[in-house]
Amino acid sequence: MEQLICKNLTLGYDGRAVSKNVSFTVNRGDYLCIVGENGAGKSTLVKALLGLNPPLSGTIEYRVSEKKRAIGYLPQHSDVQRDFPATVREIVLSGNVGKMGLRPFYTRQEKEDARFQMERLGILELQDRCYRDLSGGQKQRVLLARALCATKEMLLLDEPVAGLDPLVTNAMYELISRLNREGVTIIMVSHDIAAAVRYATHILHLGAEPVFFGEKRDYIGTEIGKTFADAAGGDRA
Amino acid sequence: MNDMLLSIIGGAEEEAFSFSRLGEQFLKLFSKYHSLGDVFDAIGGYLGKSFAQKALIVGVLIALCAAMLGVSLVLKRFSFIGDGLSHVAFGAMAVASVLGLTQQKMVLILPVTVFTAVLLLKTGKNRKVRGDASLAMLSVGALGVGYILMNVFSTGNVSSDVCTSLFGSTAILSISDFELYLCIGMTILVLAVYILFYHKIFAVTFDPDFASATGTKSEFYNLVTAVVTAIVIVLAMNLVGSLLISALVVFPVLSAMRLCRSFKGVVICSAAVSVGSTAFGIFSAMLISTPVGSTIVVAQIFVFLVFTLIGIFTKKG
Repeated sequence: MEQLICKNLTLGYDGRAVSKNVSFTVNRGDYLCIVGENGAGKSTLVKALLGLNPPLSGTIEYRVSEKKRAIGYLPQHSDVQRDFPATVREIVLSGNVGKMGLRPFYTRQEKEDARFQMERLGILELQDRCYRDLSGGQKQRVLLARALCATKEMLLLDEPVAGLDPLVTNAMYELISRLNREGVTIIMVSHDIAAAVRYATHILHLGAEPVFFGEKRDYIGTEIGKTFADAAGGDRA
Repeated sequence: MNDMLLSIIGGAEEEAFSFSRLGEQFLKLFSKYHSLGDVFDAIGGYLGKSFAQKALIVGVLIALCAAMLGVSLVLKRFSFIGDGLSHVAFGAMAVASVLGLTQQKMVLILPVTVFTAVLLLKTGKNRKVRGDASLAMLSVGALGVGYILMNVFSTGNVSSDVCTSLFGSTAILSISDFELYLCIGMTILVLAVYILFYHKIFAVTFDPDFASATGTKSEFYNLVTAVVTAIVIVLAMNLVGSLLISALVVFPVLSAMRLCRSFKGVVICSAAVSVGSTAFGIFSAMLISTPVGSTIVVAQIFVFLVFTLIGIFTKKG
């Protein structure tokens, strides 16, 4: 079943196009990896998918049951969050805020859901710890749990392993993979093509002419896919 | 070599001398109180009087609002917004004086400040001048224009007028009923907004992109914060003056952040610190005639240092 359909997107900012003719669809349970060089329009696409910056042209259509734009989002690290005084529980719960409308407080169901998501990601024992005292990997799990509070259907991950050490990086990839097997659709932006090729079911390669979109095995067959996969050390199963 | 040593020792002696003089001066302030009992009697006497009650109520309420808003302003890297807005309010006040709006100054000051706050806090994408620079421009500009206007057009004692509006006045000790009710009303408004939108304010402060992407109207909550901030700052100007207002917004939050690990904890703790130091400042003004605003700031610096030390020791222990 289709959850997200993007047609003929032109990505760019200030009226200047970076990528043209970007079309792709995401089905329930897919694991789409968006790759491409710096400046190819990855971040612009993320902003467009989140509705923060509309694309220059083209359409983005969500077909998910919950709401028009029910997409959970794992952002790149920002400055604001580095010394933010908040407990893990407060942050995970804040994933619910978008659904609250004018209701001022969380419902019991939302609190239970937050607890469940923390347990699911193995951070329940950290729930009273301060966010700024956590390690990089733990922080990412907290933000992932928050995203899962916002929606159960689709997650958009923006460079989820940036700045993590190799061991934690692998654990993070395995965790994302597990969520995908449990039925969460994953859209991941990454410059780590080796990992993309290992875990994803579909690849969207921005910045190339023409833009590649398709299943993983087709991508490996293309010239550009070969170059990149080889450059990444030929690390593929 | 010896000469140098001697001069250093001499310098140290001079310094010790001046310290003891400082202490003497300080004790002189209390000379009219013969014992601690006298001090408490004096406090009791003041508490019975309505001007003191009003000053305390207004001071405590303003401190409470400023500290709670301060949490989100400091975390959003808008620490200097208080300073900038109060300078703009100062400029507006000068214009109001020139226009002869003596009683209804608020009619002009409040809308101008609110408008400026909205402009500053708006997270616009197409702005030519960015955040801190536009704030600096506005605040200095308003200060300059305001001072010129007061100099050219004012008939009264300019320097004392300017001094009161920059450093706060003992006017806090002569508050009218109208100002009291205005203050209570505004505090209720701020508290209501804060409690009703608490979780949204948290979400928007922590991560505005995520909040917007998942359906929270970040722009709207930024607007609400801007308006409420402007209101609190205009009210707080009476208490501590334009130059010291940042202290009310920034110090309690930073002190609370040394100790508290949760957002809720920081909000509650900074409100307590702010209320405590403001009450201290007002009592000190009544008892030994120190300037209210500066005493509050000094009390807050002290709390900040103590909290920082406690924070360091509890982290290691």
